[in-house]
Amino acid sequence: MTTQTIKIVAVAIAMVVLALLVPRSGNFVVLLATRAMTFAILAMSLDILLGFTGLASLGQAAYFGMGAYLAAILVAKYHVGLGWDFWLVVVLGILCGAALAAFFGLFAMRATGTYFLMITLALGQCIWGLAYRWSSMTGGDNGLNLGARPDFGLNLSDPIVYFYLVFAFFGASLLLLYLLVRSPFGLTLMGIRERELRMQILGYNTWLHKYVAFIIAGAFGGLSGVLWAYTNGIVTPETVVLTTSVDALLMTVLGGAGTLIGGAIGAAIVFGLREYLSTLVPWWQYVLGAIYVMTILYLPTGLMGIPARVRQYLRSNREQAKKKLVSVPS
Amino acid sequence: MTSTLRQRLTPLLAGTCIALGLGMAPAGAETLTIGFLAPMTGGFAQVGQDMVNGFQLYLDQHDNKLGGMDVKFIVEDEQAKSDLAVTKAKKLVLQDGAQMFIGGLLASTGYALAPVSTETKTIYISSVPAADDLTQRQFDKYPYFIRTSWTSSQPHQPLGQWACDQGYKKVVAIAADYAFGYEVVGGFQKVFEDCGGKVIQKIWPPLGTKDFGPYIPTMKADADAIFSLMVGPMSLQFPKQLRGAGIKKPIIGGGTSYDEFALPFMSDEVIGDVSALHYSAAIETPKNEAFVKAYRAKYSKVPSYYAENNYTTAEWIDETIKKSGGKWPGAEAFIKTMQGIKLDSVRGPLVMDDMRNPIENIYIKKVEKKKMFGYDKDELWNTVIKTYPNVSQFWTYGKETFLKQPVYSKDFPPCKYCD
Repeated sequence: MTTQTIKIVAVAIAMVVLALLVPRSGNFVVLLATRAMTFAILAMSLDILLGFTGLASLGQAAYFGMGAYLAAILVAKYHVGLGWDFWLVVVLGILCGAALAAFFGLFAMRATGTYFLMITLALGQCIWGLAYRWSSMTGGDNGLNLGARPDFGLNLSDPIVYFYLVFAFFGASLLLLYLLVRSPFGLTLMGIRERELRMQILGYNTWLHKYVAFIIAGAFGGLSGVLWAYTNGIVTPETVVLTTSVDALLMTVLGGAGTLIGGAIGAAIVFGLREYLSTLVPWWQYVLGAIYVMTILYLPTGLMGIPARVRQYLRSNREQAKKKLVSVPS
Repeated sequence: MTSTLRQRLTPLLAGTCIALGLGMAPAGAETLTIGFLAPMTGGFAQVGQDMVNGFQLYLDQHDNKLGGMDVKFIVEDEQAKSDLAVTKAKKLVLQDGAQMFIGGLLASTGYALAPVSTETKTIYISSVPAADDLTQRQFDKYPYFIRTSWTSSQPHQPLGQWACDQGYKKVVAIAADYAFGYEVVGGFQKVFEDCGGKVIQKIWPPLGTKDFGPYIPTMKADADAIFSLMVGPMSLQFPKQLRGAGIKKPIIGGGTSYDEFALPFMSDEVIGDVSALHYSAAIETPKNEAFVKAYRAKYSKVPSYYAENNYTTAEWIDETIKKSGGKWPGAEAFIKTMQGIKLDSVRGPLVMDDMRNPIENIYIKKVEKKKMFGYDKDELWNTVIKTYPNVSQFWTYGKETFLKQPVYSKDFPPCKYCD
């Protein structure tokens, strides 16, 4: 078995365990897992940019917020999305996220590196400003309440039913994004990440590739936003604020950029510490801070880099042992 | 190996126990489990601490019992984020089996938590969030919601009357740009203009503004007074910069502009500034003096309204449980009983109106530097210069007339006298 197959099998087993174990561990754990998985979709969408294309974006909350506000406005103002039309809201959320990314991408794609970071940050703040100031539509600082979750034969107000729905979305997103990064398109993105100039010389339209990747990331961001709105039942400007983008970035780096599942692991860890550990001890922030610092210092490839590091360590040990064996008889 | 296995099993077992325990916890419980939501980390951590201190002080003074029931008091950090507050409230209800949850800081958090109370059929007591509509136009949606604090516009409607009585004709309003600011300014403007005054300009600096340099020069020069509503660090910065710019006009402020929480960090230029709120640490009643002294002895600071409101919330629950015969009466009965309790509280007499918001005294306060309650140093205090007794959230308009108008916002009341 190749390492890739082992990884896929490990992720599949972890998913099955997650699906079986969480619903048996109390309603609060179910809620936390649902929140973490919703956010994991956002972190994975960011990984397409950060890990596979080499674009560090600080504006991913914009698409997240777009999806969340779309769902909240449709439900709260127009009473759309509480029955079968839930699926319509999901599709619209994805399309709006993609459309917004297509628009923002026109500006953002002109820059690289730190400048790309700054532009995405500024564009993200535009959406925040809109959410905060356009009170008649967004409810301003008070936000919008969705009330009940949809009921279409499947009653999503039941936390466990909703957990499985989000789980399905999470699994589907993971699969789709995995297929995407393994496709020739994904390989081209990785080529751009490594050396954009060389890809240009080889004849690739790197701008278009990056632009499409940006739109795809926006689409998944929109999806996670819609789910987030239904998960919490409330959307406020806090949803779109800069820290949401930063959180997504930190989660991706923590889990390991360029691994997809790393974002999900990062989301699980951050949510676990911030929302579960904080119910147990007051010093949870130190733990979170320490984990961030240690990861950056000792695991620049994130938690998903651990197996590779272990292998490397074992191999170098073995080689040293071999050297000793060779040197003794002579 | 065994130890790791045990480590892994413990949370699972705990989870199972909790799941099993949930079904039976409320029936015949001797303990009253109270969930408390306050920001304990982040920019609002100090305010959150004041909230917890107030409630905790009452529990400490009463052997950790309310109305004869042992209290299990669980504080959860909501980090001043409404979606997290929702998660934590659900944790308190689902995992800890809390009979009620209390608190939240921001008005937006109040709007987020009220639906949770309806969904989980659990009592939510708003001891701080002041969003008007929770006990006004959206009242019917939240049968398990009750407020022990105030609505944003409640103190500022009398303040409008007071300003008019002082003979101020034209006022410039400068207020933090969010829902709480709109409701505060709206209440002031409505009453002030109905009495014959004119608000001639409204300026909305964003929440958290650190430099008022761009706003101060645009303020119209022909105003008689300035109405300000500042929150957090803004309240320290604004008077300093305004006086620094040489503007000597009287300031009349919203309650949070001169809260006891901010006073110790202010310098002498705020002396003489007027504000309105439903509490002042300088109310000269024996009950308040005892409260301020006890609070100060324990936490070495003067209580803010955040502390007092939560102290009084604990007292209110105490009286309700007492009246219910020393045991948990169930959520519906609790709300009904609580609504009927008349309280002689630290901040004055309290009665619930029929939309579950207190009718309470509103104090017009002036910042003075003096010694109070036997403390030996000169300090800034909010001296009460006028008391409007038993003020309802509807002021003198009456419930029906009041509820016909829309909720106070950036556009209501319209600024008729602005050009």
